[in-house]
Amino acid sequence: MNLTIEKLAKEYTTKDGKVNAINNINLVINKSDFVTITGPSGSGKSTLLLSLFGLIKPSSGKIFFDDKRIDNISDSALAKIRKNHIGFIMQNFALIPYLTTVQNVMIPLSLLGVNKSEQIKRATEVLEFVGLKNRLNHLPRQLSIGQQQRVAIARALVHNPSVILADEPTGNLDPALSLEILDFLKKINTEKGITVIMVTHSPTAAEYGNKKIKLNNGELVN
Amino acid sequence: MNTFKIIWLELWKRKSQLISGILAITLGIAVIVAIQSISVVSKQNVAKKLDNLGANILVLPQGTSIDDYYTSDIDAPTLPMEYVERILTSSISGVDNMSPKLTRRVKVGETSIVLTGILPKSEIASKPLWQNAGLVGAELETACAPSNAENKSQGFEDEKLKRKVIDTLNRYDCLLGSQISKKLKLVENSKITINSQEFKAVKVLPETGTVDDDRVFAHITTVQELLNAPDQISTIEIMGCCNAISEGLLGKLRNILPDTRITTINQIVSTQIETNRLMDKVTLIFLIIIFFVGGISMGNYIWANVNERHKEIGVLRMMGASKGMIYKLFLFKAVFLGIVGGILGFVIGTIAGMLLGPYLAGMSVQPLYMYLLWSLLLSIVIALTGTVIPAYLASKIDPHTNLQEE
Repeated sequence: MNLTIEKLAKEYTTKDGKVNAINNINLVINKSDFVTITGPSGSGKSTLLLSLFGLIKPSSGKIFFDDKRIDNISDSALAKIRKNHIGFIMQNFALIPYLTTVQNVMIPLSLLGVNKSEQIKRATEVLEFVGLKNRLNHLPRQLSIGQQQRVAIARALVHNPSVILADEPTGNLDPALSLEILDFLKKINTEKGITVIMVTHSPTAAEYGNKKIKLNNGELVN
Repeated sequence: MNTFKIIWLELWKRKSQLISGILAITLGIAVIVAIQSISVVSKQNVAKKLDNLGANILVLPQGTSIDDYYTSDIDAPTLPMEYVERILTSSISGVDNMSPKLTRRVKVGETSIVLTGILPKSEIASKPLWQNAGLVGAELETACAPSNAENKSQGFEDEKLKRKVIDTLNRYDCLLGSQISKKLKLVENSKITINSQEFKAVKVLPETGTVDDDRVFAHITTVQELLNAPDQISTIEIMGCCNAISEGLLGKLRNILPDTRITTINQIVSTQIETNRLMDKVTLIFLIIIFFVGGISMGNYIWANVNERHKEIGVLRMMGASKGMIYKLFLFKAVFLGIVGGILGFVIGTIAGMLLGPYLAGMSVQPLYMYLLWSLLLSIVIALTGTVIPAYLASKIDPHTNLQEE
C-alpha cells in the first residue's frame, strides 16, 4: 500500500469568512509506515486524517491510493475502499452501545458480507489478540476505558486492513493505558505490516512513528 | 451479525421507542379496520332492508309508461315470456331475483279488479311482507342471479316449492290482496269467478300499502290462458344489486332486451347507492386522516431515532457502510414496524368492530380476514411514507462530525 497526497487543501466557510483547515499538504506514506501527525489544537490534524479516505471531502488537491486517484471518486466507491482497506480508531472509541464486544467487532465483516460463523471465528481471534477473549459478550458499558479502546482496535483490525487511521486513540486514557494502546498499535504495525496513521497531541505517542508530521495552521512544518 | 440483527438489537434496546412507534401505526390501522368492519356490515344491512322494499328495476314493453304499469289497461302491450329465459341464460350478474307477471283489469261480477299472473316462488321471494304472512319463496342470495331451474314452473306449480301449500299455486288457486278481499267480501277458501273460471282463494295477503292490496294473484300460466295471452307478460320486476346497477346493469339488460323499456325505481336504488357512497366517503376521510397522522407520527419517531443514532450512523459510514445501506437500515425498520403494526391493528380493529358494532350500528360484526392483507399493505405504506425523508436525511449525515462528538 502507498498513499500519495498532492497539494491537499480543505477550506471551510464560516460567518467570519473562509478558513483553511489544511493547505498545500504534500505527503507520501508507504506500506508499514507508522505516521504520527502532531500539532496544536486547530492545526488541521484531524481534518487531514479524515480527508484521506473521504470522511471529509477536500476542497482541492489529489490523493492517490495504490496509484489510483481517490479524491474525486463517488461516495460509494470511497465507502468500498474504507470497507475493504481501512480500519478506524477514534478517541471516543465509537462503539455501538447495544452490541456486545464480539458483535461490535463483527460489524466490518458483516459489511463485507462474511458469513456468520466466519464472523464469529475471526472476531474471537482478534479479540484474543487484544487480550479480551473473556469479554466477548460484555456490552461496552460493562468494560473499562482501556478495554473499550482495545475493542475499538480489534474492530479496526478484524478485516485485515492495509491502513489504520487513529484519531487521538489515547486522548481519553491515562498514561499507563496510553502506553498499552500505543504498544498495541506498534505491534500491529510491525507484526502485521499494517500502515498506521495516527493523530496525537502527545509527544510520547508521536515518538512511536517512524515518520513524524507536524502541522501548524493547516500547513506542514518541516 | 447482519443488517436485520442490528435493526432488531436496536429496536430491542430502545423498547419504549419501539412501543410508541408500533402504537402509532397500530391505532391508525385499528380505527380503519373497525370502521370498515362496521361499514361493510352496515352496507349489507341497508341492502337487506332495501331488498325488503321489493323490485328496483322494471322491464316494460317499449312505449309503456309507469302509469300503464300501475293501471294495467286491458290493451296494454306485452312482452314475450321468453325474455325471462333470455336474462336467466345470460352472463349478467347482479340480478338477485326476477318476477315476471301478466296484469290485466278484469270484471268479477260488476266489480272491476286487477288480476295478476305470477310465478309464485319468485313473487313471494320479492315480497318480504308476504313471507311474514306464512308464504315461503325462493331464498335470495344477494348479487347472485337466480338459476334457471329455480324459476321454471313444472306444469302449473313449482315442484320444488311444496314445503308449504302456499309456496305455490295450483291451477285455479288465487291469492287475494287485503283490500280486494274486503271489497269482494271474500275470505280464505272462498270461491271467486273470474272470466267464467272459478278460483279458490287460498290466502288473503296481509296489507302492504301498495297496489298489491287491490289485486288478485293467480299462477301466470293460468292467467295467460284465461286472458288468451299465451307466453305473454306485462312486465318483469327485477331485484338488482344496487352496486351492479350503478356499474351498468341496466345497459347490459338493454343490450339483451333491445325492444323494451328498462327503468329503475329510483328511490330504492339511489338510497342504497347514496348510503354506500356515504360509508365509502367516511372510510376514505378516516383513511386520509390516518395516513397523514400515521405517516407524520412515524416520521417523527424515525427522525428522533435518527438524531439519537448520529454517532452510530457515523461509525457505520466510517467502516464502509454506503449511504444506501444507512437508508435501507431505516426503511427495513419501517417495514418491520409496519408489519407488526398492521397485524396488531387488524386484530385490535376487528375486536373493536365486533365489540362496538352491536352498540354503534345495532348489528353483529364478523372478522373480515381479507382486511388483514389490506392492513399490512396500508401500514407498510404509511410506515415507509413517514420514513423516507428522515431515512434520506440520515444517509446524508456527515460521519466525521458525529464521530468526534462526545
